[in-house]
Amino acid sequence: MKQFEYIITDPVGIHARPAGLLVKAAKALNSTVTIQKAGGKAAAATKLMAVMGLGVKCGDTVTVTVEGGDEEAAQKAMEQFFKENL
Amino acid sequence: MQVATGKSILNGIAIGPLRIYRRAAAQTEVSSTLTPQEEWARFDTARVKAQEQLKELYRKALDEVGEDNAAIFEIHQMMLDDEDYLDAVKGILETQGATAEYAVTTTGKNFAAAFAAMDDAYMQARASDVKDISQRVVNILNGQAQSGILGEQPAILVADDLTPSETVQLDKSKLLGFITRHGSSNSHTAILARTMNVPALIGVDFDQDWDGRTAVLDGYNHCVYVDPAPQLLSSMQKKQQEDLKQESLLQGLKKKPNVTLDGTKVNVYANIGNVGDVGLALQNDAGGIGLFRSEFIYLDAKDFPSEETQFAIYKRVVETMAGKKVVIRTLDIGADKQAPYFGLDKEENPALGYRAIRICLTRQDIFLQQLRAILRASAYGAVAIMFPMIISVREVRDAKELLEKCKAQLRQQGVPMGEVEVGIMIETPAAVMIADELAQEVDFFSVGTNDLTQYTLAIDRQNPKLDAFYDPHHPAVLRMIRETVEAGHRHGCWVGICGELGADLTLTETFLRMGVDELSVSPPAVLPLRKRIRSLDLSKNEK
Repeated sequence: MKQFEYIITDPVGIHARPAGLLVKAAKALNSTVTIQKAGGKAAAATKLMAVMGLGVKCGDTVTVTVEGGDEEAAQKAMEQFFKENL
Repeated sequence: MQVATGKSILNGIAIGPLRIYRRAAAQTEVSSTLTPQEEWARFDTARVKAQEQLKELYRKALDEVGEDNAAIFEIHQMMLDDEDYLDAVKGILETQGATAEYAVTTTGKNFAAAFAAMDDAYMQARASDVKDISQRVVNILNGQAQSGILGEQPAILVADDLTPSETVQLDKSKLLGFITRHGSSNSHTAILARTMNVPALIGVDFDQDWDGRTAVLDGYNHCVYVDPAPQLLSSMQKKQQEDLKQESLLQGLKKKPNVTLDGTKVNVYANIGNVGDVGLALQNDAGGIGLFRSEFIYLDAKDFPSEETQFAIYKRVVETMAGKKVVIRTLDIGADKQAPYFGLDKEENPALGYRAIRICLTRQDIFLQQLRAILRASAYGAVAIMFPMIISVREVRDAKELLEKCKAQLRQQGVPMGEVEVGIMIETPAAVMIADELAQEVDFFSVGTNDLTQYTLAIDRQNPKLDAFYDPHHPAVLRMIRETVEAGHRHGCWVGICGELGADLTLTETFLRMGVDELSVSPPAVLPLRKRIRSLDLSKNEK
């Protein structure tokens, strides 16, 4: 299991569009990716409505957990994704 | 004649027959005679078909309203792939022996309710997306195609609410405007209305018997007149014609310089309050941002916005302006602008109270965070910092010292920065009186005419009883502005005006004769101001 924290800088948070991109990116990996909002709920990164349902806003910290498969590559891919899109 | 009010999404006037949109309400059987597996197969076929339709809509929207707005239909496709959504449908089919129609409708309602309950206006508006995709699947199950929302004649569409897919399917050549009962200014429908440039009203309590009646949608006054009186109708028609003329005239002014007939140039910039306004500033061809009211970042937040949050916002504005100047006014909170988390005391006289730079210099933790965020954004374009409510040289020196402290810190951390101009707002009579001394401390002045007028005339603008005494063209105010310009120029500062008077076309000539270098106005006022400037000839004597 690998984990990293990220502070959302997108002014509108994880809204529909980046959530959609995230789901796509997560589905392409062979690891299970979970996102947890600091002090809040967690959601599988492959579930669009659950990810949107976290209500992650700009400035929120999220913890991203990667399990199974090629964890190292998956973590790198996710870190890259968050930096570029959120 | 009947009048109803709502909230206008776009200024403008639409005149024509009303057409009430009724979604075909199909009877939904709850219990199925088929097995859950057979119902699931029906659902799945309809779901795949819905996704195909959405793919087609995405392509259509891409052409008509651009990638950003079209993206919602991609999201809709993905929503129909959502595991939780599919599991919920399956659960209802299996445990209740229900029809696919019932299972989808119920699932849609449940998910919509979950979004509607979130504490974020954007996510609340997503409830309509879930309803939209569910309705689409149900329509396919019922063998109905969504089509022909508008008839043959151009009309103003009236609906309880419009889903994004309904909005984009509207035939633009037949759509004069629209009116909805529900919806928010955050909804995709509202965003699309702005993009498509059609007048729209939301939150209108309409009657079913409006169908087919003639109406005037007045976006300026947030209302709709049904069966308008002949006099009103003809005056509105005239207004509509003028709008069209004005619009084409102003569009012709884009890319033209702000220069008078005798060759005097002046910068025309825009005032903005948030990232969204930047688009408007560019659309109206503003030469830069003359006032970015950073306090709106604080007013929109529930707690102090972090350095990162602010940096992201400033960076986005600066990048979008692509090298054009962006003047960021540091936090101007207090008086009429309050955020609960600041925990400010109630004051007897808030306009003369603890506000703006006075808060910043005493609550340095907040101020330093903002200064760092602005300095970091300066690496991405032309940034200027402006301090509000200045009354003394000491305040300017203190603020500059803090700014230097942040610069040194960032430099040490190897964070990139650009050159940053430093200026102050001139909005107190005290600042005008010592403008010569202040000018030696800074690169520019910007006159905030709203406060300067209030403090000079000792008139509270919120008090309607004082209207009779209030004269925005009072010679005292105009003399203050003149002295500010002269003092600024004596010491090499450029001087702008960012208050409401800047957009007052009857004063444009006066300001240019004073030598004002920049006028910053709301985005829609940029082109009318340019028109005025281009008609002036300062070589001739003032009339």
